[in-house]
Amino acid sequence: MGARIRLIVIVALVVLAILAPLGQKGYVIYLLTSWLIFSIASMGLNLTLGYAGQISLAQASFMGIGAYVTALLTLKGWPWIGAMPLGLVACFVVGLLLGYPALRVKGHFLAFVTLAFNTLVFLVLRNEDWLTGGTYGLSGMPRPSFGSLSFMKPLYFYYFTLAVTVIAALILWGIVRSPWGRAFKALRENPVRAESLGVDTRRITLLAFAIGTTYGGLAGALITPLVQFIEPGSFGLVHSLRILLMVVVGGSGYFFGPFVGTGVVILLPEVLRFTQGYYLIIYSALVIAMLAFFPKGLMGIGAWLRQRLRPREARRDLAEGVRLK
Amino acid sequence: MSQLLQVLLSGLATGSIYALVAIGFTLVWQAAQTVNFAQGEFVMLPAFFVLAGLHFFHMPLWAALLLGVVASVIVLGILFKKLVVEPILPSGGTSLVIATIALGIFLKESVKEFYGAEAQSFPSMFPGGTFHFFGAVLSVQDILDLVFSLCVVVLLTLFLNRTRTGRCMQATAQNPAVAEILGVNVKRMILYTFLINAVLAALASFLITPVYLAKFSNGETLGLIAFIAAIVGGFNQIRGALAGGLLIGVLDNLTATYVTADYRAALPLVLLIAIILVRPQGLLGTSEGRSV
Repeated sequence: MGARIRLIVIVALVVLAILAPLGQKGYVIYLLTSWLIFSIASMGLNLTLGYAGQISLAQASFMGIGAYVTALLTLKGWPWIGAMPLGLVACFVVGLLLGYPALRVKGHFLAFVTLAFNTLVFLVLRNEDWLTGGTYGLSGMPRPSFGSLSFMKPLYFYYFTLAVTVIAALILWGIVRSPWGRAFKALRENPVRAESLGVDTRRITLLAFAIGTTYGGLAGALITPLVQFIEPGSFGLVHSLRILLMVVVGGSGYFFGPFVGTGVVILLPEVLRFTQGYYLIIYSALVIAMLAFFPKGLMGIGAWLRQRLRPREARRDLAEGVRLK
Repeated sequence: MSQLLQVLLSGLATGSIYALVAIGFTLVWQAAQTVNFAQGEFVMLPAFFVLAGLHFFHMPLWAALLLGVVASVIVLGILFKKLVVEPILPSGGTSLVIATIALGIFLKESVKEFYGAEAQSFPSMFPGGTFHFFGAVLSVQDILDLVFSLCVVVLLTLFLNRTRTGRCMQATAQNPAVAEILGVNVKRMILYTFLINAVLAALASFLITPVYLAKFSNGETLGLIAFIAAIVGGFNQIRGALAGGLLIGVLDNLTATYVTADYRAALPLVLLIAIILVRPQGLLGTSEGRSV
């Protein structure tokens, strides 16, 4: 896909995102807003999973950390814009502390360390009533406002979230294009070769994980004002698994995969509502089938179709060779 | 003193069941080089096969248990290998791990929808009652759990080390390519590994469910604890998994009794990180060379 076509598609999508909520009811706006927020969370996980090849099962607990830090500070009267960065810093630091031991060993250790970590965060949120309100949670967090500009109304808050999402996506785009990002990609394609080229794989993986958790924290900082009520159950392991599936369904390693995957995971319950309780059964079976046939997710299906339709197009890394003919 | 003894012994009893599950982890790891995230659900499910036999077909307990083992072998052994592992393994370990996560959700939600979300009592294979031992009150169930699972582990070790099939399985686990050259039917050995894992999961299920009641969500914590037991002991060793299981069982009971019950579920995390920092190959494990 040419750079110009890609730019046009992206601009069209942003325009679509701006127009989508107009004239819709509250519930649709709520769904769209949570689509954006979970896209941020799965964008971060995509960096860890798709680019650095590590499974993290604690994205929801990092959302929890971001959400609780933001909630506690905004309830004390801090503005959202002041509280949110502290939540991000907390996630980044905790991500480094958690990732360091787990990434010392190879294999899927990070997966289980983060699995256990998710349980630990849940227990802390539930048991430390004096700070987190225990099972009753926290409520009444204000939505952000800047001077006379208030984002209290759902539609305004949607646009606020959209702006934050676009900024977050641009920053991630920058990271992925930077020398760091190229190191991430080298790591994904061939860890051993990357290491032989002088990439400190352990440090890069740790960094990818920590940045990924920070995006989780940002999603948490946005969820706080959206639902204005947080409790430990919203950040349990189930939600981490949901975010993981968003990345996988969309296509891990594709920049726009998380947006697609999050859309599917958020909208599918609405579509499959007639199946009632069977939704998760159908959904998990679909995921297994998809992994069997299309391990690269929905974006992978798209790429596969494009290749089928335009089989003569040379792979980009072979373009030099094609030109030489 | 008698309380301490009681805590230790019942810790060993639950620990021995964790060990059975942990051994399943190490077996699947050796066969497919993957972590089976649905292992906890693999232990949850067989109990429901038995309950289905008891309630729907009105079987006697022994027949229902047999049905449970057979159904587990088919579903958790053969179908798991054919429908999940074989199609997905070629696209890499990470995909397979995610597939087992999805499988775990699938099994859990299926049981919840088709059997109900309420906890059900589950008949014990062993007689009830208690007996006294240096002032500690122990249930017969606990003691027989410990004895039974230790017997299973000993038999499995003997099978793997002393029989021809067992040795072929070990050869396959260590290096499938060389095993193939030496005339081992690698595919069959891998299938055996999955079958043994299914039987172990069924046995662990029959031992643990009378204590915890049959509930669709039993697998969540069980899978995590068993995995950590496997890491703590050493991932490539069956006796490591046994040691890790027993250790976690005892420590879990000790913290719950003497320190705090609130953070009981956090203990495995602390243990896990401590082990990874100090001895990443596990207590009894041997470190594996890095494959390129």
